[in-house]
Amino acid sequence: MPKHELILLKNMSQPGYSGSLADYEATGGYQALRATLGKTAPADVTTAVRKSGLRGRGGAGFPTGVKWGFLPKDYQGPRYLCCNADESEPGTFKDRQLMERDPHQMLEGIVLACYAIGAESAYIYIRGEMVLGSKILERAIGEARAAGYIGNNILGTGIHVDVWVHRGAGAYICGEETALLESLEGKRGLPRIKPPFPATHGLYNKPTVVNNVETLANLPHILTRGAEWFAAIGSPPKSTGTRVFCVSGHVKRPGNYEVPMGVTFRELVYEHAGGMRSDKPIKAFIPGGASAPFLTPDHLDVKLDFESVAAAGSMLGSGGVTVMEEGTSMVWAALRLMEFFYHESCGKCSPCREGSSWLVQTMRRIMAKRGRMEDLETLLDLCKNIAGRTVCAFGDAEVAPIQSTLKYWRDEYVSLIREAEAADLIMPEAAGVRH
Amino acid sequence: MKEKYQKEIDEIISRYPVKRSALIPLLYLAQQEHGYVTEAAMKEIAQLLRLTPPQVYETVTFYTVLNLKPVGKFHMQVCKSLMCALAGSDTLLGWIKTKLGIAPGESTPDGLFTLSAVECLASCGTAPMMQINDDYYEQLTEAKVDKILGDLKTSGTSDLKSGPYMWPLPVNAVRHEG
Repeated sequence: MPKHELILLKNMSQPGYSGSLADYEATGGYQALRATLGKTAPADVTTAVRKSGLRGRGGAGFPTGVKWGFLPKDYQGPRYLCCNADESEPGTFKDRQLMERDPHQMLEGIVLACYAIGAESAYIYIRGEMVLGSKILERAIGEARAAGYIGNNILGTGIHVDVWVHRGAGAYICGEETALLESLEGKRGLPRIKPPFPATHGLYNKPTVVNNVETLANLPHILTRGAEWFAAIGSPPKSTGTRVFCVSGHVKRPGNYEVPMGVTFRELVYEHAGGMRSDKPIKAFIPGGASAPFLTPDHLDVKLDFESVAAAGSMLGSGGVTVMEEGTSMVWAALRLMEFFYHESCGKCSPCREGSSWLVQTMRRIMAKRGRMEDLETLLDLCKNIAGRTVCAFGDAEVAPIQSTLKYWRDEYVSLIREAEAADLIMPEAAGVRH
Repeated sequence: MKEKYQKEIDEIISRYPVKRSALIPLLYLAQQEHGYVTEAAMKEIAQLLRLTPPQVYETVTFYTVLNLKPVGKFHMQVCKSLMCALAGSDTLLGWIKTKLGIAPGESTPDGLFTLSAVECLASCGTAPMMQINDDYYEQLTEAKVDKILGDLKTSGTSDLKSGPYMWPLPVNAVRHEG
């Protein structure tokens, strides 16, 4: 039995649970919808979500109820809800499980969110590679529509909500909410300059809310069991509820584990994920997806909540925890992530577009034992000139692996460079042709 | 394309208040037809959505799932990001290269397989993994790859492909160790 009460993964952890409408209804599914639509005022739904303390599960951790509150109250035209199912942060694979194993849980959340913000159309922007997930969602939407939970005049309340699945096409940046909107409009996924924010000028320039799959999946539970119940779970007052953490890397049992926020990394890695896969001790871990700075074994007792991880110098981000054992080259690990960011930079802002290329080239040079000591300063200088100088947070994310590995494992960079220098003593003629 | 898929095209366009939103879904339809997006298809889609051909082309070039060149019958995309690399994806990619005799970016002469090394596909808990056409294959080993390649050659599909994702499986479910 799991040590902690499961909320989001509860249904799918029952033997034989298929994720069909009948299965979902048998576990009390769509009761929140029945109890809320037409019975609780939309503004009260928003208030309940705000009181619950629910924060976005996509990465930024913005309070969901507050986000909804930014929509203009007096606006008469259409509003939109976009479900961000573009799960692309390396190390993160929870939304895929939530969508494929219990699609109705998130669909109920979507309809509730639409009701709260007054949207009649919702688009699920799912990453293009997840063909199976999009098929499962489309089937579930069909079931829900036939049962009157989605569509016109839901359960006779006069409320309309339509939901469509929109497949992205394999661009990491489209997980950024304004890039997602651009992509959904049929354009290249380039993030927009903010402000204006999507709350006022979102999809088709209309008021829009973009929420992550896991965020939306929490809504039926909050409305059924109450904001106070939810607010007491985890690490109140700022990090409430559970999170589905994705553990990957050198552990015995990688996978998704739902635990209340506030448990320690030590518990997650050693109890839930079974500890290290071999006898080697842990060397490093990434606490919240590829965009989060690396942490060391000294940080194992840090609590998994937004504030504690931030205080430790990293971020809880998307909940992707990647563990590396002793013997893993940190320069190599940082280079792998840097190659990812280089590949995924959308090209809109020069510091990120050019900088990611320079960072990869410099890192490759060091890794190939052709680096020079001044490369370390070059790396830090480049990082400093990318972070905070781009339209979206990608710039801050891409420098995290290099900055953090240089902070904690500078000696590994230095020893690779020393090897390069030693080689130069033997072959002085090679010194001039190191590029 | 228009004659063959008229119903699908109309349905796709009807989902959005602004026609251009239908662009990526229609490009998928075109790719389904030929395995890649042809120039003729791009022109046709531009006409359907009242866009200029460059507006369609600039969108296609942004997205990695859309191919502008023909690919083999089976497009093998092996994840090379850090999380898969920690679980041995480099060795696995080497194995596939040897088995197929091609490097990433190349296709086998018979046109059956195209190999690509790609970035994270959101299966880090079941690494190493690859995607072949629409299907995910996870917790790969050399033996599994051999079986998948054999299955694809003989029947065009493999029962090793992933179903609805959940890992770890519930405690009382049957668990196969990767």
